[in-house]
Amino acid sequence: MSLNDPVDDETLLEVRDLQKHFKVDEGLISSLLRAMTGSESDYVHAVDGVTFDLKRGETLGLAGESGCGKTTTGMSLVKLHEATDGSIRFRGTDLTDANEEEMVQFRQNAQMIFQDPFESLNPRMTVYDTIAEPLRIHDIRNETARVRRALEFAELQPPDQYFDQYPHELSGGQRQRVAIARALVLDPDFIVADEPVSMLDVSLRAGVLSLMERMTEEFDLSVVYISHDLSLLRHMCDRLAIMYMGKIVEKGPTEDVIEHPQHPYTRSLINAVPVPDPGVGRERVELAGEVGDAIDVPSGCRFHGRCSEYIGDICETEDPPLEAKADFDGSQKVACHLYEPAEGVDSTRVDDVTDTTAPDDSAASAND
Amino acid sequence: MATQDEPSIFADLDDSTVDESEEQVNRWKRNLRLWRETLGEQWRMLTNDLLVKLAMVTMAFFMAVAIFAPFIAPHQPLNRQYETDAELIIADWVDPMFIDSESVYVLGTTAEGFDIFSQLIYGSRAALLVGLLAAVFTAGIGTLVGLTAGYYGGKIDDTLMRIVDFLYGMPLLPTVIILVALLGPSLWNIIFAIIVLQWRSTARVIRSQALSLRERPFVKAAQVAGASDWHIISRHLAPNVLPMSFLYGAFAIAWAILAEAGVSFIGLGDPNRVSWGTMLQSSRAYAALDFGVWWWFVPPGICIGLVVISGFLIGRGYEEITNPELR
Repeated sequence: MSLNDPVDDETLLEVRDLQKHFKVDEGLISSLLRAMTGSESDYVHAVDGVTFDLKRGETLGLAGESGCGKTTTGMSLVKLHEATDGSIRFRGTDLTDANEEEMVQFRQNAQMIFQDPFESLNPRMTVYDTIAEPLRIHDIRNETARVRRALEFAELQPPDQYFDQYPHELSGGQRQRVAIARALVLDPDFIVADEPVSMLDVSLRAGVLSLMERMTEEFDLSVVYISHDLSLLRHMCDRLAIMYMGKIVEKGPTEDVIEHPQHPYTRSLINAVPVPDPGVGRERVELAGEVGDAIDVPSGCRFHGRCSEYIGDICETEDPPLEAKADFDGSQKVACHLYEPAEGVDSTRVDDVTDTTAPDDSAASAND
Repeated sequence: MATQDEPSIFADLDDSTVDESEEQVNRWKRNLRLWRETLGEQWRMLTNDLLVKLAMVTMAFFMAVAIFAPFIAPHQPLNRQYETDAELIIADWVDPMFIDSESVYVLGTTAEGFDIFSQLIYGSRAALLVGLLAAVFTAGIGTLVGLTAGYYGGKIDDTLMRIVDFLYGMPLLPTVIILVALLGPSLWNIIFAIIVLQWRSTARVIRSQALSLRERPFVKAAQVAGASDWHIISRHLAPNVLPMSFLYGAFAIAWAILAEAGVSFIGLGDPNRVSWGTMLQSSRAYAALDFGVWWWFVPPGICIGLVVISGFLIGRGYEEITNPELR
């Protein structure tokens, strides 16, 4: 599936320039001082301009290191956070100014699967009550039959045997299956899965992952997978977006991004994935320095301080837009000054994240 | 819900055949069974400990005494006893049965001519009334305030917790004395004063629990599913803090009884009601100690001690259930 193809399928989710900033907590004295001097308070720029589309039945992977804002993005998508700026449209309804009825509709259709199955189930609720809860909230009938069906789908057989069990009586894999059953019982269209298997034993991962594949297929679900595990995302996702400090730096079909990474940060990420073959030699890309300050965001390209391909002042002054580039074959979009923008790319296009004008051609140097 | 043309594992379920009322009944039956199981399990754990069992027996004994006081007590506690039916000479300072075999009073009479045994029996009513009411309201108000402050946070949290801070600045006994002095000496005012000052610590602890619970993923999951604030507080937060509220309630019984006894001893007790504290107070006022009339002040002292210790032991036993590391 290429991004440039005309869109035939229904676009389920449109995210435009999503921003989420958290105010830095401060004491009474310093906030008083701040009010007197008139300076603005500090904000952590957790998500700073994320744009993507998600079609029906499509799976998108969000990858990046810890603290890059991928989980905050996921939580904003299911409205656990109120976005600071930007818009999220679900089936054409803008969620930022949705009325109550539209929100109820959205809550029925969007669910989330959490990282830690030991924390995501209420220890004082039975499996049955946990799964039936969304049905009760939305007042949906035929509770028992639906719960039974959801448990069967999650391969917890026979379902009636699990009804009265408490989470502490279940293994990690079973708990995550219960969490998946809870997410599916409302028959949703869209799921955010935040590191769904990272807390599970390696031996259990394959089973849970195949369950999630089956769920995507049978429910025709659109799923956003959030993970730092690129091999998992490669296995599960149609498209991949790499995030760095709250921005998407590279986005495209999974195979293109993994096989031909273009952004220097993507390259270093992919290089860090261990290859289970001692004979494979590869160029070692090591990142220097630390992730930049999310409060006092670096100017220009946020990666410029650590970039191995640093090409001069433009990296420090111009924020590179996420756009299709002309210099390589892959169909992904990259936010980097290394590449020439593809011809005919209009800066008002959907996928352009920033308002910055396209970089000056003379300053951007081709690397190939 | 998904649109009709979508594949769905729920598509073949026929919702129209389901009897709504039957589902409701089934749900209630299920909930009842689960509650019974949970309570049964906690009861077994609680009664595992011999000390806790003894404490519960003691508590049950005093409760029975309080309930059946009119049948046990031979006289009204505040009716003067007279030597003859002509009601001319008050039967004061009468020795108890075990000293003077002629006496008709089990524990003798007071300087005012009241039957000590009857006072002791009726005194259990005041003690348990104060203890139980204070416990229920302490745990109830503290839990509600704590959950509200912890779940909503922000300004609501700040406001409620500053009130708690303010109450923390007031010492228990002196404040109760002042409140009773202002409102008048009645048992209800003492109970009110104790409650006002006791819910503060429960609120603090429950708030801290709610603060950590509301960030847990199972609360987030409920929010994603569209649960209302009330739903989350009542179904997710409350069940997880309830053992802690019970614990504070159990300790509140003992503290409230002690506080009531203390207030009564100082002389601010309800003049129309007998409590163990007022018994101690009048025995002191008539210098019973100097006359060696120990049967006036030792029995109420022992009763206060027994009830308070029982309260603490039950609380302690419950603490082991809520916090298994203590075992």
